[in-house]
Amino acid sequence: MTAPMRIMIVDDETPARNRLKDLLADCADSFPNEVVGEAANGREALDLMSSEPADLLLLDIRMPEMDGIEVARHLLSLPQMPAVIFTTAYDLYAIEAFEVNAVDYLLKPVRGERLLGALQKARQNRPPGPAQLQKLAQRPRTCLSVQERGKIVLIPVSEIIYLKAEQKYVTIRTHEREYLLEESLTNLEQEFTARFIRIHRNCLVARDSITGFEKVTEDGEEAHWEVVLKGVEEKLPVSRRQQYLVKEFEK
Amino acid sequence: MPSINQNAYPGALPNFRNLGILLRILLLVNGVCLIAAAVKSASIQQTLQEFTTIAALVEPILILSLMVLMLANPWLSKLPFFRGAFIVVLVELALTSLVYQLEGSFLGTGIGPLERLWLFCLLITTALIAYFQMRSRLFSPALAESRLQALQARIRPHFLFNSLNAVLSLIRSDTKRAEMALEDLSDLFRVLMADNRQLSSLQQEVDLCRRYLSLEQLRLGDRLQVEWRIDDMPRDAQIPPLVLQPLLENAVYHGIEPRSEPGVININIFLKNDRVHFVLSNPYQRDGAHHAGNKMAMENIRERLSLHFDVEASLTVTLRDDLYQVHIIIPYLRPEK
Repeated sequence: MTAPMRIMIVDDETPARNRLKDLLADCADSFPNEVVGEAANGREALDLMSSEPADLLLLDIRMPEMDGIEVARHLLSLPQMPAVIFTTAYDLYAIEAFEVNAVDYLLKPVRGERLLGALQKARQNRPPGPAQLQKLAQRPRTCLSVQERGKIVLIPVSEIIYLKAEQKYVTIRTHEREYLLEESLTNLEQEFTARFIRIHRNCLVARDSITGFEKVTEDGEEAHWEVVLKGVEEKLPVSRRQQYLVKEFEK
Repeated sequence: MPSINQNAYPGALPNFRNLGILLRILLLVNGVCLIAAAVKSASIQQTLQEFTTIAALVEPILILSLMVLMLANPWLSKLPFFRGAFIVVLVELALTSLVYQLEGSFLGTGIGPLERLWLFCLLITTALIAYFQMRSRLFSPALAESRLQALQARIRPHFLFNSLNAVLSLIRSDTKRAEMALEDLSDLFRVLMADNRQLSSLQQEVDLCRRYLSLEQLRLGDRLQVEWRIDDMPRDAQIPPLVLQPLLENAVYHGIEPRSEPGVININIFLKNDRVHFVLSNPYQRDGAHHAGNKMAMENIRERLSLHFDVEASLTVTLRDDLYQVHIIIPYLRPEK
């Protein structure tokens, strides 16, 4: 006998969660399971994961603030990614993406036997990886996430002042503090191209946070430009290749 | 795609009490007179002179005709098309003769014999009737198709499946509510699948909207708050069906669903200067994820309003801070007794 699978239901609509609970109870005989948590949005779900870790999440795609696919992407920062099954009532774009990337999903209203099949499959298959999830995403993430003491910490993208690559990690700088993220700067640049610009080979700065540029001359060195930022004292050097930004900014 | 309803659009005389129709008649008749004057003359000055002579005869006929037709409109609109058209032609010939008799004495012989005027009158009247007939034919496929679109665009599949899902969740725990929800759903779909060319009463549309909103409430719970201000609305006003419901669906989809906190949809319907005003507002999420579906629904409503009311209806959308507002004005049409 295996231990019952710990399942979390994430959906913004109460009746939809109740329906899944009923169905899970129905298939408890053939597939032992236990609903360890319910969440009405993505943030709640991620918070709940630290106190009530689940083996599998039933994730609605269309939810306010943070959609189901982004929730799954944040789950990746856990030491062990739980299994996920996405649910949707109707979303042509998402359904196509799921088919193409062989990620399991359920159409609402969900059928009991379909749910059972998906649960059995989820136990055997590996959860979707970062590349797979990135392909499913319909829009940039609203937050970046890091793991600290077993908890997922969300950093809203709107609060990030700059992202700086340092060896293996990317440093996320917000008004309050710094975080270390294990992602490539190039990927981040592609995803958030509307929000950040590259000022240096190793640095992306939020457009909103730039207040101006300063020319710096140090002894024996060629003069270069530095970005002056809103909210932090620190100034960041602009590489020679990106110097055209200074002119663009002045316009 | 074949329409469910294979009947051709029945012919109908235009609504002679509609401002847009009246304007069109005035412009077209005067346009024809101007062309006639231009054909007869060699210079612009002469054209103007000719036009004045023609206008002196035509304008009284035109004004009288419009008045008579406006008065007779309720009665005319009930007649079968060809009989109605025949009567309109007779009325025009009679009015032409009348004005000719009254004015003929002091206009002199410059306008020619009465028979010639009859011929002109006959031509212009039939041409105008044919024009209005063609115009409504042109729009009629749009109407027939709108029922199919109703299923595809107006009621989003998203709404249908989520509602069914909500009903399923209730069947075990709250049978009574599940029953009510299914009743609401079938009422809603009955209207959606009906032939929506006929006008319905404002009260009926409001009832339909209430059914729709109670279904949405089922799944969204407290997140959906609705404020109705309809105490002063004219319940009997005739409006095209499904004008309000798709707007509410937009409001829920774009204004309420993307929020975690409760949001309010305001519905204000009132009568002012013999016009029915609909003001709908909902919170607006500025995340750029605005769908094309919204525009489609809006265009569909705009088209149907202009078909039913021509220039007398208006639809304006305003975006203020984080409030999305739609304002529709249509003439107050009372039901026919």
